Amino acid sequence: MTRKFDDKVVILVPTGSLGAGAREEELEYGIAQGAQVIATDAGSTDSGAAYLALGMSKNNRGSVKRDLTLMMKAASKANIPIVVGTSGQAGGDLNLDWTRDIAVEVANELGLRPKIALLYSELSKETVKRKNAEGRIRPLAPMGALDEATIDSCDHIVAAMGPEPYIAALEAGADIVLGGRTTDTAVICCYALMKGAPKGPSWHAGKIGECGGQSTLKKVDASGLLLRIDAEGFEVEPLNQINTATPESVSGHMLYENSDPFRLYEPGGVLEVSKSHYEQVNPRVVRVTGSEWEEQPYTMKIEGAASGQFQTVMLIGIRDPIVLNDLDTFNTKMTKTLYDRVNSVIGEAAGNFHISLRLYGWNGVSGEKVPDGTPPPREIAVLFVATADTQDMANQIAKACNPKFFHMYMPNHDEMPSYGFAFTPADIPRGPLYEFKLNHVVECDDPMELVRTVWLDLGLEEAA
Amino acid sequence: MTTVKDVCRGVRSKNAGPFWVTFDLFFKDREKFDRYAHHPALGPATFERLFGTDPALVKSFPVESLNMVKISCVRPTPSGSREERDLHSGQMFVSLLDVALD
Repeated sequence: MTRKFDDKVVILVPTGSLGAGAREEELEYGIAQGAQVIATDAGSTDSGAAYLALGMSKNNRGSVKRDLTLMMKAASKANIPIVVGTSGQAGGDLNLDWTRDIAVEVANELGLRPKIALLYSELSKETVKRKNAEGRIRPLAPMGALDEATIDSCDHIVAAMGPEPYIAALEAGADIVLGGRTTDTAVICCYALMKGAPKGPSWHAGKIGECGGQSTLKKVDASGLLLRIDAEGFEVEPLNQINTATPESVSGHMLYENSDPFRLYEPGGVLEVSKSHYEQVNPRVVRVTGSEWEEQPYTMKIEGAASGQFQTVMLIGIRDPIVLNDLDTFNTKMTKTLYDRVNSVIGEAAGNFHISLRLYGWNGVSGEKVPDGTPPPREIAVLFVATADTQDMANQIAKACNPKFFHMYMPNHDEMPSYGFAFTPADIPRGPLYEFKLNHVVECDDPMELVRTVWLDLGLEEAA
Repeated sequence: MTTVKDVCRGVRSKNAGPFWVTFDLFFKDREKFDRYAHHPALGPATFERLFGTDPALVKSFPVESLNMVKISCVRPTPSGSREERDLHSGQMFVSLLDVALD
Protein backbone atom coordinates (compact mmCIF):
# COMPACT_ATOMS: atom_id res chain seq x y z
CA MET A 1 0.00 0.00 0.00
CA THR A 2 1.49 3.35 -0.96
CA ARG A 3 -1.36 5.58 0.25
CA LYS A 4 0.17 8.56 2.02
CA PHE A 5 -0.38 8.58 5.75
CA ASP A 6 -2.15 11.88 6.46
CA ASP A 7 -3.34 11.14 9.96
CA LYS A 8 -1.77 11.35 13.39
CA VAL A 9 -1.49 8.48 15.84
CA VAL A 10 -1.37 9.30 19.55
CA ILE A 11 0.13 6.67 21.87
CA LEU A 12 -0.06 6.89 25.64
CA VAL A 13 2.78 5.13 27.49
CA PRO A 14 1.68 5.23 31.14
CA THR A 15 4.83 3.78 32.70
CA GLY A 16 8.23 2.39 31.76
CA SER A 17 7.22 -1.05 32.99
CA LEU A 18 3.86 -2.41 34.09
CA GLY A 19 3.82 -2.29 37.87
CA ALA A 20 6.39 0.51 38.19
CA GLY A 21 3.61 2.98 39.01
CA ALA A 22 1.21 4.49 36.46
CA ARG A 23 -0.55 7.70 37.55
CA GLU A 24 -4.24 8.45 37.21
CA GLU A 25 -3.75 12.16 36.42
CA GLU A 26 -1.23 11.33 33.69
CA LEU A 27 -3.63 8.84 32.09
CA GLU A 28 -6.39 11.47 32.21
CA TYR A 29 -4.16 14.05 30.52
CA GLY A 30 -3.07 11.67 27.79
CA ILE A 31 -6.63 10.65 27.01
CA ALA A 32 -7.76 14.28 26.95
CA GLN A 33 -5.00 14.80 24.34
CA GLY A 34 -6.61 12.18 22.12
CA ALA A 35 -4.64 9.03 22.93
CA GLN A 36 -5.78 6.13 20.74
CA VAL A 37 -4.02 3.33 22.59
CA ILE A 38 -2.38 2.68 25.96
CA ALA A 39 0.86 0.76 25.43
CA THR A 40 3.42 -0.50 27.90
CA ASP A 41 6.21 -2.95 28.24
CA ALA A 42 6.20 -5.20 31.33
CA GLY A 43 9.66 -6.69 31.51
CA SER A 44 13.16 -7.22 30.19
CA THR A 45 16.18 -9.48 30.58
CA ASP A 46 18.05 -6.84 32.60
CA SER A 47 17.30 -8.29 36.00
CA GLY A 48 18.65 -11.70 35.14
CA ALA A 49 17.51 -15.12 34.03
CA ALA A 50 15.65 -16.14 37.19
CA TYR A 51 12.33 -14.65 36.05
CA LEU A 52 12.27 -16.63 32.82
CA ALA A 53 13.66 -19.81 34.37
CA LEU A 54 11.04 -19.72 37.13
CA GLY A 55 8.15 -18.14 35.19
CA MET A 56 8.01 -15.57 37.98
CA SER A 57 7.35 -11.83 37.98
CA LYS A 58 9.87 -9.34 39.35
CA ASN A 59 7.16 -6.89 40.35
CA ASN A 60 4.77 -7.83 43.14
CA ARG A 61 1.21 -8.75 42.23
CA GLY A 62 -0.30 -5.70 43.93
CA SER A 63 1.79 -3.26 41.88
CA VAL A 64 0.82 -4.89 38.59
CA LYS A 65 -2.82 -5.04 39.62
CA ARG A 66 -2.79 -1.38 40.61
CA ASP A 67 -1.37 -0.28 37.22
CA LEU A 68 -3.71 -2.55 35.27
CA THR A 69 -6.66 -1.18 37.23
CA LEU A 70 -5.77 2.44 36.39
CA MET A 71 -5.13 1.57 32.72
CA MET A 72 -8.27 -0.54 32.29
CA LYS A 73 -10.48 2.12 33.91
CA ALA A 74 -9.06 4.83 31.66
CA ALA A 75 -9.11 2.73 28.48
CA SER A 76 -12.64 1.54 29.04
CA LYS A 77 -13.91 5.07 29.61
CA ALA A 78 -12.18 6.32 26.45
CA ASN A 79 -13.00 3.13 24.51
CA ILE A 80 -9.39 2.58 23.38
CA PRO A 81 -7.31 -0.60 23.49
CA ILE A 82 -4.47 -1.60 25.82
CA VAL A 83 -1.36 -3.45 24.67
CA VAL A 84 1.16 -4.96 27.11
CA GLY A 85 4.44 -6.56 26.03
CA THR A 86 6.71 -9.06 27.83
CA SER A 87 4.10 -9.82 30.47
CA GLY A 88 5.27 -10.85 33.91
CA GLN A 89 8.90 -9.69 33.43
CA ALA A 90 10.13 -12.51 31.16
CA GLY A 91 7.20 -13.11 28.80
CA GLY A 92 7.17 -16.90 29.16
CA ASP A 93 3.84 -18.75 29.17
CA LEU A 94 3.73 -18.84 32.99
CA ASN A 95 4.54 -15.13 33.19
CA LEU A 96 1.75 -14.35 30.73
CA ASP A 97 -0.81 -16.55 32.52
CA TRP A 98 0.02 -14.79 35.80
CA THR A 99 -0.68 -11.42 34.16
CA ARG A 100 -3.85 -12.74 32.47
CA ASP A 101 -5.29 -13.81 35.83
CA ILE A 102 -4.69 -10.34 37.28
CA ALA A 103 -6.35 -8.68 34.27
CA VAL A 104 -9.40 -10.94 34.59
CA GLU A 105 -9.61 -10.19 38.31
CA VAL A 106 -9.46 -6.44 37.62
CA ALA A 107 -12.13 -6.71 34.90
CA ASN A 108 -14.44 -8.52 37.31
CA GLU A 109 -13.87 -5.95 40.04
CA LEU A 110 -14.52 -3.06 37.65
CA GLY A 111 -17.50 -4.74 36.01
CA LEU A 112 -15.79 -4.70 32.60
CA ARG A 113 -16.16 -7.36 29.88
CA PRO A 114 -13.14 -6.87 27.61
CA LYS A 115 -12.14 -9.10 24.74
CA ILE A 116 -8.60 -10.17 25.69
CA ALA A 117 -6.03 -11.58 23.26
CA LEU A 118 -3.14 -13.55 24.76
CA LEU A 119 -0.03 -13.83 22.58
CA TYR A 120 2.19 -16.73 23.59
CA SER A 121 5.74 -16.93 22.22
CA GLU A 122 7.34 -19.57 24.42
CA LEU A 123 9.00 -22.25 22.28
CA SER A 124 9.19 -25.96 22.97
CA LYS A 125 12.63 -27.55 22.88
CA GLU A 126 11.42 -29.63 19.93
CA THR A 127 10.62 -26.48 17.95
CA VAL A 128 14.01 -24.96 18.71
CA LYS A 129 15.80 -28.19 17.79
CA ARG A 130 13.86 -28.44 14.52
CA LYS A 131 14.70 -24.85 13.58
CA ASN A 132 18.32 -25.45 14.55
CA ALA A 133 18.48 -28.63 12.45
CA GLU A 134 17.09 -26.65 9.51
CA GLY A 135 20.00 -24.23 9.88
CA ARG A 136 17.62 -21.39 10.69
CA ILE A 137 19.10 -20.36 14.05
CA ARG A 138 22.08 -18.02 13.99
CA PRO A 139 24.28 -16.98 16.93
CA LEU A 140 24.80 -13.37 17.97
CA ALA A 141 28.21 -12.40 19.42
CA PRO A 142 29.68 -13.58 21.74
CA MET A 143 27.86 -16.91 21.33
CA GLY A 144 28.69 -19.72 18.94
CA ALA A 145 26.51 -22.19 17.05
CA LEU A 146 23.71 -23.73 19.07
CA ASP A 147 23.93 -27.38 20.15
CA GLU A 148 21.19 -29.68 21.43
CA ALA A 149 22.72 -29.97 24.91
CA THR A 150 22.38 -26.21 25.37
CA ILE A 151 18.75 -26.33 24.22
CA ASP A 152 18.06 -29.21 26.63
CA SER A 153 19.67 -27.30 29.51
CA CYS A 154 17.08 -24.49 29.31
CA ASP A 155 14.08 -24.41 31.64
CA HIS A 156 12.15 -22.05 29.35
CA ILE A 157 12.81 -20.57 25.90
CA VAL A 158 10.98 -17.57 24.43
CA ALA A 159 11.08 -15.72 21.12
CA ALA A 160 10.77 -11.92 21.12
CA MET A 161 7.74 -10.92 19.03
CA GLY A 162 7.51 -7.99 16.67
CA PRO A 163 4.38 -5.88 16.19
CA GLU A 164 2.54 -8.21 13.78
CA PRO A 165 0.79 -10.47 16.34
CA TYR A 166 -0.43 -7.35 18.18
CA ILE A 167 -1.72 -5.84 14.96
CA ALA A 168 -3.57 -9.05 14.10
CA ALA A 169 -5.16 -9.13 17.56
CA LEU A 170 -6.18 -5.47 17.44
CA GLU A 171 -7.64 -5.89 13.96
CA ALA A 172 -9.64 -8.85 15.24
CA GLY A 173 -11.20 -6.60 17.85
CA ALA A 174 -9.12 -7.08 21.00
CA ASP A 175 -9.76 -4.59 23.79
CA ILE A 176 -6.69 -5.79 25.66
CA VAL A 177 -3.65 -7.55 24.18
CA LEU A 178 -1.35 -9.23 26.69
CA GLY A 179 1.83 -10.43 25.02
CA GLY A 180 4.57 -12.84 25.95
CA ARG A 181 8.17 -11.86 25.18
CA THR A 182 8.16 -8.93 22.78
CA THR A 183 10.75 -6.34 21.84
CA ASP A 184 10.18 -3.26 23.99
CA THR A 185 9.93 -1.17 20.84
CA ALA A 186 7.37 -3.32 19.03
CA VAL A 187 4.68 -3.16 21.69
CA ILE A 188 4.85 0.64 21.83
CA CYS A 189 4.73 1.16 18.05
CA CYS A 190 2.35 -1.65 16.96
CA TYR A 191 -0.77 0.53 16.92
CA ALA A 192 0.90 3.19 14.78
CA LEU A 193 2.11 0.59 12.28
CA MET A 194 -1.41 -0.88 12.14
CA LYS A 195 -2.75 2.57 11.23
CA GLY A 196 -0.21 2.86 8.41
CA ALA A 197 2.10 5.40 10.04
CA PRO A 198 5.58 5.50 8.47
CA LYS A 199 7.91 2.83 9.81
CA GLY A 200 11.00 4.91 10.63
CA PRO A 201 9.23 7.38 12.92
CA SER A 202 6.97 4.66 14.38
CA TRP A 203 9.83 2.37 15.40
CA HIS A 204 11.90 5.29 16.65
CA ALA A 205 8.96 6.52 18.74
CA GLY A 206 8.68 2.98 20.09
CA LYS A 207 12.30 3.03 21.23
CA ILE A 208 12.00 6.48 22.81
CA GLY A 209 8.81 5.46 24.59
CA GLU A 210 9.82 2.04 25.85
CA CYS A 211 10.98 3.30 29.26
CA GLY A 212 8.07 5.74 29.70
CA GLY A 213 9.17 9.13 30.98
CA GLN A 214 12.85 8.20 31.18
CA SER A 215 13.54 10.00 27.90
CA THR A 216 12.39 13.29 29.46
CA LEU A 217 13.86 15.64 32.05
CA LYS A 218 12.22 14.72 35.32
CA LYS A 219 11.97 17.86 37.43
CA VAL A 220 9.32 16.06 39.44
CA ASP A 221 8.76 12.35 39.85
CA ALA A 222 6.55 11.12 37.02
CA SER A 223 5.89 8.05 34.94
CA GLY A 224 4.60 8.39 31.43
CA LEU A 225 4.94 9.76 27.96
CA LEU A 226 2.76 10.78 25.03
CA LEU A 227 3.92 10.02 21.47
CA ARG A 228 2.31 11.63 18.40
CA ILE A 229 3.31 10.05 15.10
CA ASP A 230 2.55 11.65 11.73
CA ALA A 231 3.65 11.34 8.11
CA GLU A 232 7.01 13.07 8.64
CA GLY A 233 8.07 12.27 12.17
CA PHE A 234 6.94 12.10 15.77
CA GLU A 235 6.63 14.23 18.88
CA VAL A 236 7.53 13.36 22.45
CA GLU A 237 5.75 14.95 25.39
CA PRO A 238 5.96 13.99 29.08
CA LEU A 239 2.53 13.31 30.58
CA ASN A 240 3.47 15.31 33.66
CA GLN A 241 2.86 19.01 33.04
CA ILE A 242 5.95 20.25 34.88
CA ASN A 243 8.44 17.95 33.15
CA THR A 244 9.96 18.65 29.75
CA ALA A 245 11.45 16.80 26.81
CA THR A 246 14.64 18.23 25.28
CA PRO A 247 16.58 17.18 22.16
CA GLU A 248 19.32 15.87 24.48
CA SER A 249 16.95 13.88 26.70
CA VAL A 250 15.21 12.30 23.71
CA SER A 251 18.25 11.59 21.53
CA GLY A 252 20.15 10.41 24.61
CA HIS A 253 17.62 7.66 25.16
CA MET A 254 18.79 5.88 22.00
CA LEU A 255 21.98 5.26 23.99
CA TYR A 256 20.28 3.57 26.90
CA GLU A 257 20.82 -0.19 27.32
CA ASN A 258 21.70 -0.33 23.65
CA SER A 259 25.11 -1.36 22.35
CA ASP A 260 24.82 0.69 19.13
CA PRO A 261 23.46 4.27 19.35
CA PHE A 262 22.44 4.48 15.70
CA ARG A 263 21.08 1.09 14.70
CA LEU A 264 18.53 -1.02 16.53
CA TYR A 265 17.90 -4.55 15.20
CA GLU A 266 14.25 -5.54 15.36
CA PRO A 267 12.14 -8.37 13.89
CA GLY A 268 12.02 -7.75 10.14
CA GLY A 269 14.33 -4.78 9.97
CA VAL A 270 16.69 -2.23 11.46
CA LEU A 271 15.83 1.18 12.90
CA GLU A 272 18.49 3.62 11.67
CA VAL A 273 18.64 7.01 13.42
CA SER A 274 21.97 8.47 12.31
CA LYS A 275 20.11 11.04 10.19
CA SER A 276 17.45 11.81 12.78
CA HIS A 277 16.91 15.44 13.68
CA TYR A 278 15.67 16.51 17.11
CA GLU A 279 13.94 19.86 17.48
CA GLN A 280 12.39 21.67 20.45
CA VAL A 281 8.92 22.69 19.23
CA ASN A 282 7.71 24.14 22.50
CA PRO A 283 9.15 24.14 26.02
CA ARG A 284 7.82 20.65 26.77
CA VAL A 285 7.76 18.90 23.39
CA VAL A 286 10.47 17.57 21.06
CA ARG A 287 9.88 16.68 17.41
CA VAL A 288 11.97 14.00 15.70
CA THR A 289 12.30 13.65 11.92
CA GLY A 290 14.54 11.74 9.54
CA SER A 291 14.36 8.31 11.24
CA GLU A 292 14.63 5.40 8.81
CA TRP A 293 13.63 1.76 8.69
CA GLU A 294 15.54 -0.80 6.64
CA GLU A 295 13.60 -3.96 5.80
CA GLN A 296 15.42 -7.24 6.45
CA PRO A 297 14.42 -10.92 6.40
CA TYR A 298 12.18 -11.67 9.38
CA THR A 299 14.00 -12.97 12.45
CA MET A 300 13.09 -13.21 16.12
CA LYS A 301 15.61 -13.12 18.97
CA ILE A 302 15.37 -16.14 21.25
CA GLU A 303 16.19 -16.23 24.95
CA GLY A 304 16.62 -19.33 27.08
CA ALA A 305 17.12 -19.50 30.83
CA ALA A 306 18.52 -22.31 32.91
CA SER A 307 19.21 -22.95 36.55
CA GLY A 308 22.66 -24.09 37.58
CA GLN A 309 24.60 -24.75 40.80
CA PHE A 310 23.28 -23.71 44.21
CA GLN A 311 24.47 -21.06 46.63
CA THR A 312 24.41 -20.43 50.38
CA VAL A 313 25.41 -17.08 51.87
CA MET A 314 26.48 -15.70 55.24
CA LEU A 315 27.10 -12.07 56.24
CA ILE A 316 29.34 -10.57 58.92
CA GLY A 317 30.16 -6.97 59.81
CA ILE A 318 33.64 -5.96 61.02
CA ARG A 319 34.77 -2.81 62.88
CA ASP A 320 37.93 -4.29 64.46
CA PRO A 321 40.89 -2.05 63.45
CA ILE A 322 43.27 -5.02 63.43
CA VAL A 323 41.30 -6.43 60.50
CA LEU A 324 40.52 -3.12 58.81
CA ASN A 325 44.19 -2.08 58.82
CA ASP A 326 45.18 -5.12 56.74
CA LEU A 327 42.20 -6.18 54.65
CA ASP A 328 44.21 -7.82 51.88
CA THR A 329 45.82 -10.19 54.40
CA PHE A 330 42.42 -10.83 55.96
CA ASN A 331 40.89 -11.67 52.57
CA THR A 332 43.72 -13.98 51.52
CA LYS A 333 43.96 -15.72 54.88
CA MET A 334 40.18 -16.14 55.27
CA THR A 335 39.78 -17.58 51.78
CA LYS A 336 42.56 -20.11 52.36
CA THR A 337 41.25 -20.98 55.84
CA LEU A 338 37.75 -21.66 54.50
CA TYR A 339 38.94 -23.82 51.59
CA ASP A 340 41.19 -25.80 53.97
CA ARG A 341 38.28 -26.23 56.36
CA VAL A 342 35.97 -27.63 53.65
CA ASN A 343 38.65 -29.93 52.29
CA SER A 344 39.41 -31.33 55.75
CA VAL A 345 35.83 -31.59 57.06
CA ILE A 346 33.86 -32.55 53.91
CA GLY A 347 36.63 -33.63 51.53
CA GLU A 348 35.83 -35.17 48.16
CA ALA A 349 32.10 -35.15 48.85
CA ALA A 350 32.08 -31.34 48.48
CA GLY A 351 32.43 -31.91 44.73
CA ASN A 352 32.81 -28.96 42.39
CA PHE A 353 32.47 -26.22 45.01
CA HIS A 354 33.54 -22.58 45.12
CA ILE A 355 33.81 -19.99 47.89
CA SER A 356 34.02 -16.27 47.32
CA LEU A 357 34.25 -13.44 49.83
CA ARG A 358 33.05 -9.96 48.95
CA LEU A 359 34.38 -7.22 51.23
CA TYR A 360 31.70 -4.52 50.97
CA GLY A 361 33.08 -1.17 52.08
CA TRP A 362 36.45 -2.12 50.58
CA ASN A 363 36.25 -3.77 47.14
CA GLY A 364 33.07 -5.84 47.33
CA VAL A 365 31.52 -4.52 44.12
CA SER A 366 34.56 -4.48 41.84
CA GLY A 367 36.62 -7.32 43.32
CA GLU A 368 39.65 -5.32 42.11
CA LYS A 369 42.83 -4.83 44.12
CA VAL A 370 42.63 -1.61 46.15
CA PRO A 371 45.56 0.77 45.50
CA ASP A 372 48.33 0.69 48.11
CA GLY A 373 48.07 3.52 50.62
CA THR A 374 44.25 3.61 50.58
CA PRO A 375 43.12 4.51 54.13
CA PRO A 376 41.22 1.79 56.01
CA PRO A 377 37.42 2.04 56.02
CA ARG A 378 35.45 2.55 59.27
CA GLU A 379 33.71 -0.78 58.87
CA ILE A 380 33.05 -3.45 56.26
CA ALA A 381 30.54 -6.20 55.57
CA VAL A 382 31.86 -9.53 54.37
CA LEU A 383 29.52 -11.58 52.25
CA PHE A 384 30.39 -15.27 52.12
CA VAL A 385 29.10 -17.07 49.04
CA ALA A 386 29.44 -20.85 48.74
CA THR A 387 28.49 -22.47 45.41
CA ALA A 388 28.01 -26.24 45.06
CA ASP A 389 26.16 -28.85 43.02
CA THR A 390 23.24 -29.16 45.43
CA GLN A 391 21.57 -26.81 47.89
CA ASP A 392 22.29 -29.27 50.67
CA MET A 393 26.01 -29.32 49.88
CA ALA A 394 26.16 -25.49 49.69
CA ASN A 395 24.48 -25.42 53.11
CA GLN A 396 26.90 -28.00 54.52
CA ILE A 397 29.86 -26.00 53.23
CA ALA A 398 28.57 -22.82 54.87
CA LYS A 399 27.98 -24.63 58.17
CA ALA A 400 31.46 -26.16 58.05
CA CYS A 401 32.94 -22.70 57.45
CA ASN A 402 30.86 -20.95 60.12
CA PRO A 403 33.30 -21.23 63.09
CA LYS A 404 36.26 -19.97 61.05
CA PHE A 405 34.28 -17.22 59.33
CA PHE A 406 33.11 -16.11 62.79
CA HIS A 407 36.41 -16.28 64.71
CA MET A 408 39.45 -16.26 62.39
CA TYR A 409 42.55 -14.78 64.08
CA MET A 410 44.65 -12.11 62.41
CA PRO A 411 48.42 -12.08 63.29
CA ASN A 412 47.96 -9.22 65.80
CA HIS A 413 44.98 -10.73 67.63
CA ASP A 414 45.83 -11.69 71.25
CA GLU A 415 42.31 -12.86 71.93
CA MET A 416 39.87 -14.73 69.76
CA PRO A 417 37.87 -12.24 67.67
CA SER A 418 34.12 -12.61 67.09
CA TYR A 419 32.84 -10.90 63.96
CA GLY A 420 29.34 -9.49 63.75
CA PHE A 421 26.83 -11.94 62.30
CA ALA A 422 23.68 -10.23 61.06
CA PHE A 423 21.31 -13.19 61.31
CA THR A 424 20.57 -16.44 63.07
CA PRO A 425 20.77 -19.01 61.64
CA ALA A 426 23.86 -17.53 60.05
CA ASP A 427 23.67 -19.46 56.80
CA ILE A 428 21.01 -18.49 54.24
CA PRO A 429 20.20 -20.94 51.42
CA ARG A 430 19.97 -18.68 48.36
CA GLY A 431 18.77 -21.17 45.76
CA PRO A 432 20.19 -21.89 42.30
CA LEU A 433 22.13 -19.69 39.93
CA TYR A 434 20.13 -18.65 36.87
CA GLU A 435 21.79 -17.88 33.58
CA PHE A 436 20.77 -17.04 30.03
CA LYS A 437 22.00 -19.74 27.68
CA LEU A 438 20.92 -18.36 24.32
CA ASN A 439 21.80 -15.24 22.37
CA HIS A 440 20.57 -16.25 18.94
CA VAL A 441 18.04 -15.31 16.29
CA VAL A 442 15.62 -17.64 14.55
CA GLU A 443 14.56 -17.07 10.95
CA CYS A 444 10.79 -17.19 10.46
CA ASP A 445 8.66 -17.81 7.38
CA ASP A 446 6.04 -15.53 8.81
CA PRO A 447 5.81 -13.23 11.89
CA MET A 448 3.02 -15.47 13.26
CA GLU A 449 4.86 -18.76 12.73
CA LEU A 450 6.09 -19.10 16.33
CA VAL A 451 3.20 -17.26 18.01
CA ARG A 452 0.03 -18.76 19.49
CA THR A 453 -2.94 -16.42 19.98
CA VAL A 454 -5.55 -17.39 22.57
CA TRP A 455 -8.77 -15.41 22.98
CA LEU A 456 -10.49 -14.73 26.25
CA ASP A 457 -13.76 -12.88 25.58
CA LEU A 458 -15.17 -11.96 28.99
CA GLY A 459 -18.35 -10.63 27.33
CA LEU A 460 -19.01 -14.02 25.72
CA GLU A 461 -18.32 -15.83 28.97
CA GLU A 462 -20.99 -13.76 30.65
CA ALA A 463 -23.46 -14.41 27.81
CA ALA A 464 -22.79 -18.15 28.11
CA MET B 1 47.95 13.88 33.94
CA THR B 2 44.51 14.12 32.36
CA THR B 3 42.03 11.36 33.16
CA VAL B 4 38.58 10.42 31.87
CA LYS B 5 36.88 12.06 34.82
CA ASP B 6 38.67 15.36 34.08
CA VAL B 7 37.28 15.63 30.54
CA CYS B 8 33.80 14.13 31.00
CA ARG B 9 30.73 15.70 32.60
CA GLY B 10 29.26 12.24 33.05
CA VAL B 11 30.22 8.60 32.60
CA ARG B 12 27.79 5.68 32.98
CA SER B 13 27.62 1.95 32.37
CA LYS B 14 24.67 -0.40 31.91
CA ASN B 15 23.98 -3.88 30.67
CA ALA B 16 22.86 -4.16 27.05
CA GLY B 17 21.25 -7.57 27.23
CA PRO B 18 22.72 -10.37 29.38
CA PHE B 19 26.00 -10.63 27.49
CA TRP B 20 27.06 -7.05 26.74
CA VAL B 21 27.85 -3.93 28.73
CA THR B 22 27.81 -0.44 27.30
CA PHE B 23 29.68 2.64 28.56
CA ASP B 24 28.54 6.19 27.77
CA LEU B 25 31.18 8.93 28.11
CA PHE B 26 29.73 12.44 27.86
CA PHE B 27 32.53 14.97 27.26
CA LYS B 28 32.40 18.42 28.81
CA ASP B 29 32.46 20.19 25.43
CA ARG B 30 33.11 19.83 21.72
CA GLU B 31 36.83 20.47 22.02
CA LYS B 32 37.24 17.59 24.47
CA PHE B 33 35.07 15.35 22.29
CA ASP B 34 37.25 16.11 19.25
CA ARG B 35 40.42 15.49 21.23
CA TYR B 36 39.50 12.35 23.16
CA ALA B 37 36.57 10.49 21.55
CA HIS B 38 38.93 8.50 19.33
CA HIS B 39 41.82 8.39 21.83
CA PRO B 40 43.77 5.10 21.89
CA ALA B 41 43.49 5.01 25.69
CA LEU B 42 39.76 4.43 25.15
CA GLY B 43 40.49 1.59 22.75
CA PRO B 44 40.07 -2.19 22.99
CA ALA B 45 43.35 -2.76 24.89
CA THR B 46 42.15 -0.68 27.84
CA PHE B 47 38.88 -2.60 28.05
CA GLU B 48 40.74 -5.89 27.85
CA ARG B 49 43.06 -4.76 30.69
CA LEU B 50 40.27 -3.43 32.94
CA PHE B 51 37.58 -6.04 32.37
CA GLY B 52 39.22 -9.04 30.72
CA THR B 53 36.93 -8.64 27.71
CA ASP B 54 37.69 -9.86 24.17
CA PRO B 55 39.34 -6.84 22.47
CA ALA B 56 38.11 -7.98 19.05
CA LEU B 57 34.52 -7.34 20.19
CA VAL B 58 35.01 -3.85 21.66
CA LYS B 59 32.89 -1.41 19.62
CA SER B 60 33.19 2.35 19.78
CA PHE B 61 30.55 4.82 18.49
CA PRO B 62 31.32 8.53 18.70
CA VAL B 63 28.06 10.55 18.72
CA GLU B 64 29.03 14.02 17.59
CA SER B 65 25.65 15.64 18.22
CA LEU B 66 25.86 14.77 21.92
CA ASN B 67 29.64 15.22 22.37
CA MET B 68 29.79 11.66 23.63
CA VAL B 69 31.25 8.29 22.78
CA LYS B 70 29.52 4.98 23.43
CA ILE B 71 31.79 1.99 23.92
CA SER B 72 30.29 -1.51 24.12
CA CYS B 73 32.01 -4.75 25.04
CA VAL B 74 31.21 -8.30 26.06
CA ARG B 75 30.70 -8.80 29.79
CA PRO B 76 33.55 -10.75 31.42
CA THR B 77 30.90 -13.26 32.61
CA PRO B 78 27.21 -13.43 31.62
CA SER B 79 24.77 -11.82 34.04
CA GLY B 80 24.01 -13.83 37.15
CA SER B 81 26.97 -16.20 37.01
CA ARG B 82 28.74 -17.67 40.06
CA GLU B 83 30.84 -14.64 40.95
CA GLU B 84 28.35 -11.94 39.92
CA ARG B 85 28.88 -8.68 41.78
CA ASP B 86 27.02 -6.19 39.59
CA LEU B 87 24.07 -7.75 37.77
CA HIS B 88 23.14 -4.63 35.76
CA SER B 89 26.80 -3.55 35.22
CA GLY B 90 25.74 -0.15 36.55
CA GLN B 91 28.91 0.29 38.64
CA MET B 92 31.51 -0.74 36.07
CA PHE B 93 31.98 2.83 34.81
CA VAL B 94 34.00 3.66 37.92
CA SER B 95 36.94 1.64 36.56
CA LEU B 96 37.10 4.03 33.60
CA LEU B 97 37.22 7.29 35.58
CA ASP B 98 40.94 7.19 36.31
CA VAL B 99 42.09 6.01 32.89
CA ALA B 100 44.95 8.32 31.84
CA LEU B 101 44.46 10.12 28.52
CA ASP B 102 47.56 12.35 28.32
